[in-house]
Amino acid sequence: MTEVTETAGTAAPVIAARGLDLTFQTNDGPVHALKGVDLDIGKGDFVSFIGPSGCGKTTFLRCIAALETPTGGTLTVNGMTPDEARRARAYGYVFQAAGLYPWRTIAGNIKLPLEIMGFSRAEREERVKKVLELVDLEGFGGKFPWQLSGGMQQRASIARALSFDADILLMDEPFGALDEIVRDHLNEELLKLWSRTGKTIGFVTHSIPEAVYLSTRIVVMSPRPGRITDVIESPLPRERPLDIRDTPEFLEIAHRVREGLRAGHAYD
Amino acid sequence: MRQVFPVVVVVAVIVALWYLACVPMNIHTALTDAERAGVAVTPEGAAVRRDMSAIGLALANPGQWGDTLAQDKPRLPAPHQVVAELWDTTVEKKVTSKRSLIYHGWVTLSATLLGFAIGTVAGIVLAVGIVHSRAMDMSVMPWAIASQTIPILAIAPMIIVVLNSVGVQGLVPKAIISAYLSFFPVVVGMVKGLRSPDAMQFDLLRTYSASRGETFWKLRLPASVPYLFASLKVGIAASLVGAIVGELPTGAVRGLGARLLTGSYYGQTIQIWSALFATAILAAILVALIAGMERATLRRMGLGR
Repeated sequence: MTEVTETAGTAAPVIAARGLDLTFQTNDGPVHALKGVDLDIGKGDFVSFIGPSGCGKTTFLRCIAALETPTGGTLTVNGMTPDEARRARAYGYVFQAAGLYPWRTIAGNIKLPLEIMGFSRAEREERVKKVLELVDLEGFGGKFPWQLSGGMQQRASIARALSFDADILLMDEPFGALDEIVRDHLNEELLKLWSRTGKTIGFVTHSIPEAVYLSTRIVVMSPRPGRITDVIESPLPRERPLDIRDTPEFLEIAHRVREGLRAGHAYD
Repeated sequence: MRQVFPVVVVVAVIVALWYLACVPMNIHTALTDAERAGVAVTPEGAAVRRDMSAIGLALANPGQWGDTLAQDKPRLPAPHQVVAELWDTTVEKKVTSKRSLIYHGWVTLSATLLGFAIGTVAGIVLAVGIVHSRAMDMSVMPWAIASQTIPILAIAPMIIVVLNSVGVQGLVPKAIISAYLSFFPVVVGMVKGLRSPDAMQFDLLRTYSASRGETFWKLRLPASVPYLFASLKVGIAASLVGAIVGELPTGAVRGLGARLLTGSYYGQTIQIWSALFATAILAAILVALIAGMERATLRRMGLGR
């Protein structure tokens, strides 16, 4: 499926990709990580990217973040090139591992981007306080990362990505390394955070329930070459309790995602 | 406290073996001395005994065992002789005396510390360059490795002579030899440490559009601190060796190296061994000091548990 998916809103898309290609030159010959990717992400969307390993979902996220440079097509973030958007602090990025500096306290870790971006000392303190509340870690600012559980560390890394008030949050399998119970809890928290802040979220995941539960749109991708095979608009309401996962609507979307993943595999 | 017992046992075994080794090592001299004093020994005549095995002689003359542990110039001094000499030359002698090990130790220590400081700074600077410049990585590293394959005993006199010819003598040449040995572990450790953060950590800083300088100060440098301390422990011991080797070709006037050299000129084995032990004790103290600094620093950084 290669046609351009229009956003629900009338405003210009926050992220727009047209015919995006990315080919890595490796010793075993070129690898087509992305081929002909067209996608618009509107303001306030929660878009999940799902697909098997090597389908380019992480690569696409890294292109948006200007961590990879596409070899063809166009990609704009807030109407700018990804590089310009990064310098304009358009996004916060959450990696699979929390990646907190062990030599900094939780507050110190959250201050890291603020120091680099030149916020004043007073403003840094204020923002740390604000984002710690946002991720439910009040009172943990003075702790070192090793004193926190894995789930709390990942929350701290989300707080770090939120601290400089970027409109876009890019998350690369942020809960992939956590156990199911913690992951459910953090999914719920993330939805709350999203509805409170109105951020645009790009979310890479391996998990079908996670993708369906969180997203307003689910982008199904398939490998060799990495491409989009289906884009599913979720009819689920924005308010989502955890037990929505047992409703027929939820199961139907999950089924469609699974079909999409299977179709992608049948391709090669 | 549970570790004390095994440590004491190991030390006791080493000391016992040492005493045991003294008997055959010194038996030839002991028998010769005893024969001169008119004591009957088996077999008689130094010429006969010369080619006989030391252990056999020792077993044949159990009466002379005591003498093997109390000679003036034994082949192998007994532990108590070394301890007595150490006590005599540290506590009993004035610090300003030429026979005081404290005096000689300080001479060596000052060169060691200056060399260690030079070596550490040079090592860190080189490592920073190597990590940030591919050209330096390719050019400096092979030279650094090559520099360590040259025997220090061969290059030390040349450094002394060359520097002396331009009027530099005393502390500085020794410190340079000491720095020559100590910069290398620092380079290797720091390069590894500065490169230790994983790709994700560097990507994270890129998403903040951090400069190279910010990446260095906020990520690379703090991440390298545990590696630096591991290198410093090796480096300080190497510095001490360098300073002692640097004392040997100067004519051996002052310093622990001088004590070793004069001891060997005059066959003063007890003096040699006590200088060796003084060196080992000094090295242990220096390494322990670095370890203490390491613990304090890592705890302050939140890295010590």
